[in-house]
Amino acid sequence: MGKVGIIGVGQSAFVRQYPGSIRELAFEGFKNAMKDARMTVKDVDASVVCSAPEYDKQRSPAGVFAEYLGLNPQPTFYVESLCSSSSMGLRLAYSLVRSGLHDVVAVIGFQKMSEISSSESQERMGRGADIQWESPFGTMMPAYYAMYARAHMDAYGTTPEDLALIRVKSATYGQLNDLAVYRKPVTFEMFSDPDHRMAAPVASPLRVGDCCANADGSSCIIVANEEKAKAFCPKPVWILGLGAASTSVNLAGRDLFTGLTVAQEAARQAYAMAGIGPGDIDVAEVHDCFTIAELMAYENLGFAKPGQGKELIRSKETYKEGTIPVNVDGGLLSKGHPIGATGGSQIRTIVLQLRGEAGAIQVKDPEIGLVHNIGGVGLYGNVTILGR
Amino acid sequence: MSKTNKIDDRFKKFGTVSFTAITKTNDFIDYLEQGKVAGTRCRDCGTSFFPPRADCYRCLDSHMEWFEVTGTGKLVTYSKLEYGPVGFEKDLPYRIALVDYGDYKVFGRIADAVPDEAVKIGMDMKTTVNRLPNKQLNYVFQPA
Repeated sequence: MGKVGIIGVGQSAFVRQYPGSIRELAFEGFKNAMKDARMTVKDVDASVVCSAPEYDKQRSPAGVFAEYLGLNPQPTFYVESLCSSSSMGLRLAYSLVRSGLHDVVAVIGFQKMSEISSSESQERMGRGADIQWESPFGTMMPAYYAMYARAHMDAYGTTPEDLALIRVKSATYGQLNDLAVYRKPVTFEMFSDPDHRMAAPVASPLRVGDCCANADGSSCIIVANEEKAKAFCPKPVWILGLGAASTSVNLAGRDLFTGLTVAQEAARQAYAMAGIGPGDIDVAEVHDCFTIAELMAYENLGFAKPGQGKELIRSKETYKEGTIPVNVDGGLLSKGHPIGATGGSQIRTIVLQLRGEAGAIQVKDPEIGLVHNIGGVGLYGNVTILGR
Repeated sequence: MSKTNKIDDRFKKFGTVSFTAITKTNDFIDYLEQGKVAGTRCRDCGTSFFPPRADCYRCLDSHMEWFEVTGTGKLVTYSKLEYGPVGFEKDLPYRIALVDYGDYKVFGRIADAVPDEAVKIGMDMKTTVNRLPNKQLNYVFQPA
């Protein structure tokens, strides 16, 4: 069996309020990926559509998109694993191609979050947790991650200042990414000014500045078998490793609160499949839905020992010039987090990095990149390793 | 006499806003009414479950008995919310928390009367039933 490659990547701008319908939004990411792959719709054998469905009025968007994107009569179907939906979609596309069932598969991620209010959005996000036993207490995504932050601070002496440093880094790169929803600078001083919005408490110890920006957006990744990849693409990027894991939705069913077991397990699988270790990664995209999530990712992926994640950000080793650049596209914190589109956008960033086409955020000559994409509060974890 | 099919939707009484009405663990609400927080234990393999569940995935059977959450556990972690989801605005601010009882853990809220300064990870806590202003039922953690 041959390799599986990524031959086209695209995304829409991530914006506060997309002025169009979901099929029009999906078209933007798809169009860019198809142009990148120099393909026509006839070359695509199947499509996988990825999102979190509770934001949509449209039932079963896959069928609607396939028609709008010109992908009839090819098969199309839907994949959902909350915020990691499009990484899960990539995993499925890999297996469809590797099995020989299809030669070329389009993975289309999207989310139009602006159709509902912010508080409704928080309520729906909270329903990605245990609605029977936890939601009746009034839970929300920031509060769950805040519980991890509190435990991490208690166990390892991580501080709110360390978390602020992560937000400052994302904003540094968000300013360079013209597709990012939040393009303004964020300074360390904003967090120590009690009157500044960035410092306003959301769920202790997390503040407004610790939380990612909701956004509307779409992404698309074109996956192909080795033969087609080499035929269509001068610089295919190969899928070297895939990992995926799940855990108890209810925190009561978990044992670790200073990290995410799904990330540890997915990373273990992906490193084993690729035959490499954390030290071989040249550039990474991690799921920084909250600042603490990026810090835990450093540790769960093996870039730092447990408790030592704070040292990486204090010494700026995760900046573009550091030993392990992380989220140099602004991450979810500044680029934005349109749930179903996020994984595809992370993969796009790494593919562009490996091709040397990342522009202002280009890391020096990377050969291997990693994507860490988490669904829910560490309910689902996907790790994908890509190489030239 | 007309026959009525009454739906057992007791679970809609759980928490400020319940998102579930019908479950095989509806007796949980009756225990709350009696001032007890209860989990389930598999009569075949002895595994204790909290939150309670109707079915045992180890035995692939459903021979459950109820047990009361008693004694004390240790505070694992917590967070104080300044924003809440729709329907929880009047409760703000409030603190959600996780307490480890050894055989099982309990997710809930810290009692509003407990001052922030008194809350420390690792502290001993007990779980008690709480009636909310809107007549709903939940449970809260208090220092033991």
